[in-house]
Amino acid sequence: METNKLNIQVFGSGCPTCKKLFELTSKAIAELGLDTKVEYITDIQKIVSSGIMQMPALAINGKPVMTGLVPNLEKIKTLIKENI
Amino acid sequence: MDIFWPLKILAEIITSEILRIPAQTFLAEVVSYFIYDVIKIFLLLIVIIFIVSIIRTFLPPEKIRKILVQKNQYLGNVLAALLGIVTPFCTCSAIPLFLGFIEAGVPLGVTFSFLVSSPMINEVALVLLFSLFGYKIALLYIASGLIIAILAGIIIGKLKMENLVADFVYQNKIQTTSNDIKMSWPDRIDYAKNYTLEIFKKVWLYIVIGVGIGAFIHGYVPAEFLVKYAGADKWYAVPLAVLIGIPLYSNAAGVIPLVSALTEKGMAIGTTLAFMMAVTALSLPEFMILKKVMKTKLIIIFALIVGGGIIFTGYLFNLILK
Repeated sequence: METNKLNIQVFGSGCPTCKKLFELTSKAIAELGLDTKVEYITDIQKIVSSGIMQMPALAINGKPVMTGLVPNLEKIKTLIKENI
Repeated sequence: MDIFWPLKILAEIITSEILRIPAQTFLAEVVSYFIYDVIKIFLLLIVIIFIVSIIRTFLPPEKIRKILVQKNQYLGNVLAALLGIVTPFCTCSAIPLFLGFIEAGVPLGVTFSFLVSSPMINEVALVLLFSLFGYKIALLYIASGLIIAILAGIIIGKLKMENLVADFVYQNKIQTTSNDIKMSWPDRIDYAKNYTLEIFKKVWLYIVIGVGIGAFIHGYVPAEFLVKYAGADKWYAVPLAVLIGIPLYSNAAGVIPLVSALTEKGMAIGTTLAFMMAVTALSLPEFMILKKVMKTKLIIIFALIVGGGIIFTGYLFNLILK
């Protein structure tokens, strides 16, 4: 993975709210016209190693920016814009 | 005096003016009882979940872990049980919480105290208990829930069952880096609004159905009907209630209004409390999920200790609250 490339990850253990966050984030990226894909991580060990304990979670470039709930589309866009 | 009297009047007005059910009739009484309870519970739910969510933004699990990791055993168990009150718990978070705690060095017993108290003492159950049973029962529920969580954790800690946790768990050590998500007040309010809405959407229908069936029982089932089946002198009522409660996890919101009506018809209060604790604290889906990180033996021991504690509490209150 290139270091300067935007890296967006959604962490979830497969619960419905986690899927929803994944879908919303994908949509946010499409609407912002960003050239990247959302990585959906369900490997529990990877999730825990990154320090996250609440599902679902959104991380941008390795940094968790939102944990424990699904924000709305606009909020996700703002979070992405703030963190790239 | 009941501080909710304006709602009572509102419920009566809705019953007679909007639904046009003649006042003083039996049906009117049942319908207005239903409307009153639903409005009251909805209002309390929204206010309480909102307040708890705000508190929660100051206590994310990462911070709780940091608090728990440094504490000695007994203090750790007490703190874990107390912190469990404000933490939300959905079965999908059980694993990351468990691993996140253990791998960061929180003792197994302390982690279990948290795992018991977090789902058992939650704001939805408390609002329902407070609205339908009054503050005394709500406080009893909190106090006995905390004691069960603390003791269960201490016992599991003493039994030294670290070897019953899945092997990979202790091989992974993680840093307790706090991924500081800075939150401003508008963020906190936003989070609380979102969270309140999410929970409300999840539980409102169960509450309407539960209170509806409860209102029906209230109006149409003869008083004392359950005394001969579930009165305080029936030894089998408490364990039976606990067994029935285990598979009902996701329906805690609908179950509590229902039991409130059953209590009115003669189910003993200790049995009621035991039933509600079993519904919230012992969850079959959670056990299935926990199997990924611990051996079945540990889950069974955990369920037996918590179940035993709940049954004991049920008998105790049946004895003293006659």
